[in-house]
Amino acid sequence: MSDLRKINIDGTEYEMPGEYTLMQACEEAGAEIPRFCYHERLSVAGNCRMCLVEWVGAPKPQASCALQVKDMRPNRDGTPANIRTNSATVREAREGVMEFLLINHPLDCPICDQGGECDLQDQAMAYGRDFSRFEENKRAVDDKFMGPLVSTVMTRCIQCTRCVRFVTEVAGVQEIGLASRGEDAEITTYLEQSLTSELSGNVIDLCPVGALTSKPYAFNARPWELEGVESIDVMDAVGCNIRVDARTGRVLRILPVINDDVNEEWISDKTRFVWDGLARQRLDKPYIRKNGKLVPVGWDEALALAAEKLSGDPEKIAAIAGDLCDAESMKALKDLMDGLGVKSIDCRQDGAQINAENRASYLFNTTIAGLEDADAVLLIGTNPRLEAPLVNTRIRKGWLNGEMAIGLIGQAANLTYDYDHIGTTAEDIAKVAKSTKGFAKILKSANKPAIVIGAGVLARADGGQILRACGELAKKFKIGREGWNILHGAASRVAGLDMKFVPGEGGSDTNAILSGGFETVYLLGTDELDTSNLKNSFVIYQGSHGDRGAHIADLILPGSAYTEKDGLYTNMEGRVQMGFAAVAPKGEAKPDWAIIRALSGHMNRELPYNNLAELRTKLIQDCPVFAGIAYIAEPTEGFLFDPSTFGQAGNVDKAPLVSPVEDFYMTNPIARASSVMAECSEVASAAQIKEAAE
Amino acid sequence: MAQLLQDKDRIFTNLYGLQDWGLDGAKKRGAWLGTKAMIGQGHDWIIDQIKASGLRGRGGAGFPTGLKWSFMPKEVGARPHFLVVNADESEPGTCKDREMMRHDPHLLIEGCLVASFAMRAHACYIYLRGEYILERHRLQAAIDEAYAAGLVGKNACGSGWDFDIYVHHGAGAYICGEETALLESLEGKKGQPRLKPPFPANAGLYGCPTTVNNVESIAVVPTILRRGAEWFTSFGRENNKGTKVYSISGHVNKPCNVEEALSIPMKTLIEEYAGGVRGGWSNLKAVIPGGSSVPLLPKEICDTVLMDFDALREHQSGLGTAAVIVMDQSTDVVKAIARLAYFYKHESCGQCTPCREGTGWMWRVMERMVRGEAETSEIDMLLGVTKQVEGHTICALGDAAAWPIQGLIRHFRHEIEDRINNYRAGKPVFVPRMEAAE
Repeated sequence: MSDLRKINIDGTEYEMPGEYTLMQACEEAGAEIPRFCYHERLSVAGNCRMCLVEWVGAPKPQASCALQVKDMRPNRDGTPANIRTNSATVREAREGVMEFLLINHPLDCPICDQGGECDLQDQAMAYGRDFSRFEENKRAVDDKFMGPLVSTVMTRCIQCTRCVRFVTEVAGVQEIGLASRGEDAEITTYLEQSLTSELSGNVIDLCPVGALTSKPYAFNARPWELEGVESIDVMDAVGCNIRVDARTGRVLRILPVINDDVNEEWISDKTRFVWDGLARQRLDKPYIRKNGKLVPVGWDEALALAAEKLSGDPEKIAAIAGDLCDAESMKALKDLMDGLGVKSIDCRQDGAQINAENRASYLFNTTIAGLEDADAVLLIGTNPRLEAPLVNTRIRKGWLNGEMAIGLIGQAANLTYDYDHIGTTAEDIAKVAKSTKGFAKILKSANKPAIVIGAGVLARADGGQILRACGELAKKFKIGREGWNILHGAASRVAGLDMKFVPGEGGSDTNAILSGGFETVYLLGTDELDTSNLKNSFVIYQGSHGDRGAHIADLILPGSAYTEKDGLYTNMEGRVQMGFAAVAPKGEAKPDWAIIRALSGHMNRELPYNNLAELRTKLIQDCPVFAGIAYIAEPTEGFLFDPSTFGQAGNVDKAPLVSPVEDFYMTNPIARASSVMAECSEVASAAQIKEAAE
Repeated sequence: MAQLLQDKDRIFTNLYGLQDWGLDGAKKRGAWLGTKAMIGQGHDWIIDQIKASGLRGRGGAGFPTGLKWSFMPKEVGARPHFLVVNADESEPGTCKDREMMRHDPHLLIEGCLVASFAMRAHACYIYLRGEYILERHRLQAAIDEAYAAGLVGKNACGSGWDFDIYVHHGAGAYICGEETALLESLEGKKGQPRLKPPFPANAGLYGCPTTVNNVESIAVVPTILRRGAEWFTSFGRENNKGTKVYSISGHVNKPCNVEEALSIPMKTLIEEYAGGVRGGWSNLKAVIPGGSSVPLLPKEICDTVLMDFDALREHQSGLGTAAVIVMDQSTDVVKAIARLAYFYKHESCGQCTPCREGTGWMWRVMERMVRGEAETSEIDMLLGVTKQVEGHTICALGDAAAWPIQGLIRHFRHEIEDRINNYRAGKPVFVPRMEAAE
């Protein structure tokens, strides 16, 4: 901020950075500037004209969103330029613009879902006139089809083009545009087809009026009836910050919360619209399988049976933690299993060959925000658009800025940016490492190179070898810790690895557990695994939804979904974030850690904590990386990073590297229970089939 | 009685197409004479000469051309410089550029070379109005001739300066005559004006330093350089120097384009060149002096007003493109302005709020006023709406839509009031005064 300029705002002189817009400068000076089209994270359009301010001496008012402080010439006498934000000129200009916006806007606020949180309503109240001079007929506009998520009432549209700019710039699909001109200008989707973006729901938040609203939430509630709780999303390992809005014990919508380090201001459609899955397929009481049928029972009976089954030979007991677990429940389960002497525990539900010893080896070390600044990114076996849409937006942002080259080893896909498709098999990793041309040259000359390895490909039989190949490549191009990234798909994974929820000395890992031979298997919210060999085991399933895990269970302990419990989640960067319960668990269900704590009581092996705070204290004691909420723990001093030692040496398989996410909308039990996600999945696959047919 | 411009002082000597438009004919009339020598004088000399000539932009806004050129960076950096010629002549009433491109295309091409050289541009784009089909053929043929003769292209005119010139055909949108919308359209995007700053001299076509000039501003440059800035400044009043092509249309006996000195009295212009107002000067009702976007002037002002930037500005109108639209007493002036309001409503790009919403509103109120179906108080409301549009938009189309209505209310408010009263009284709302014309 070296380029400070003097500027006079409403009679007081300030020093402001030259690159500030007038709007920023005025806000900094404490003056509120109304706006519709301007949005911090989108390009400046300057078309709504609501942010006009007076530049004393200029013939006409100026759009403060489009002018920078350095554009302001000083007055003739050398005094700094005078900006007025509340003069009569400005007030008239605002009233005028407000009047123009309202003349063709329907007066249907009582039936508009935006009512109560509408920019137009609020600003009309603050800056508009209290009467209308418009005697003509109002314009009506046909509604457009935008897919299963976005409901349109285009007569309400004020043509601010925020949605156009969002899908073009951030989402990277040019599917919304402003057609026609003049007063006939209409926002429309390309040929009225469904948006093919996994971020389309964000246009609902961006729309300052009720033109684009949420289809699944339509006519459900008024904003003032909702109680919002800020929490953390678990649909992927990004750990998006969200606000869960609920009324009378039901989650009715999920909105993004700004966190510039994580999700900026966006969330994916899965995060946003999964909430109807929270009300379906729920496990609301304990069940025991009797004569092949699951029969509801009381907690005492269920816990007694679990205690009995877990009291056997610890060598014959195993536990696997799933993708959506909070850190506390995994910690409680690990403590319980450790106490029993059970060694076969694993948090890597997909069987990924990731070593939990070296924290830097399994983190997204560049950080999500830091990835924007990388100048060369090599994606290996991952489709970030499906596995972590908000990491993908960062890559796109870097690419749009023109300073990032991207290479891909893996399946070709539309990632919303151009990339160099180097190859599809794991053998190509070593080829790049040996090469001096093409992308290898770019990696070599890059100042901030980064490689991003999909955790999914590490789950292959040759996962260890792939990891080693990547490590050698990293060493070859001198990519250090800050450029080494594992892209996880599961919200719980990093926390599980951090607390070493992995097999102990002589214990079995996920693949070994699933191959059978265990008497009792404890599944903590695990649904994405092949359970065909568990028929002879006694399966205890603890989780929130009646999904794959519950189907094979002999005993079901009903847990809570992420909106129903307080919990810690560590995202792929290693950032610990705290989620909060928005509603109570369903029926007789309990927070997951409490179930395990109760179970330990039934086994007379009480875990040493009676409440969540004590559990967290124990967690931080045993595993200090959990201490800094919202931060990423720095590596310990004297830490050495040598990627060429990761994984195992050996040959890699010829099979192509594929992303673990086939269907973006169906990756976890909550999403599979959601009818909205099912509809999205159907639309997406129909679009794919159509594309393939063309 | 002011001295009329003599033929020897005309720049566009083939404005009426009576002679050969091709290279041979153009050369006979003096085009391409000493072009190499002009270029040999250097970039800054040309700009200084144009500054000294007092040439003001002929496209409507009247910004000093030499000053505009001097905004271009003095050194070519990583980004090339461009000259873009605005030949999207769409202002109702204006038809001067068309004649120049049809009949004197080589003056324009030579001007493009000299102006591009002055601004260190190696490429020039001529953005041609969509409806100008013949002009495109003619201009392209002239450019081909110039290429064949080595006047443009590599080492243009033997000056050592490489220069390419392209004709781009627009699609007929009025807004694409706005310089930044023109650049957007030239880049293949939707023709919507850009926010300024950055100005085109900083970031114009493809983000490169660009100057956008009107056809006439560029076409007069070679002649000014050949005959000297003093010659050009010998016409017109201070600050309004040089000659200008006027398009005179409407209720005159002989509508025409004519090149005359600036600051010629309007009455002289109309009577000497256009055969006078239909039915005599006393039959005049009003004149729109500079194309549809400037406010009209009633006869009292027209009697004495001079045709230049400053004189018309003093009367709250403007020279614009110098397209003089003459209306005699038979004119339904309210309806005429309503028609213009419709034009602006139709041509608004819809990008920014005041223009998108305001042009439609103004037109609808105007239509009701044409029928007399309005309240007297709505006249002031309409004026208020025009003020709400004016100056609040991204480009000048909002102003252009507001000014004709402001002019109408300023000078012919009584006609609107009469209509409203007639309508209420059940009388015909408008009876034209035809006697003088017959």
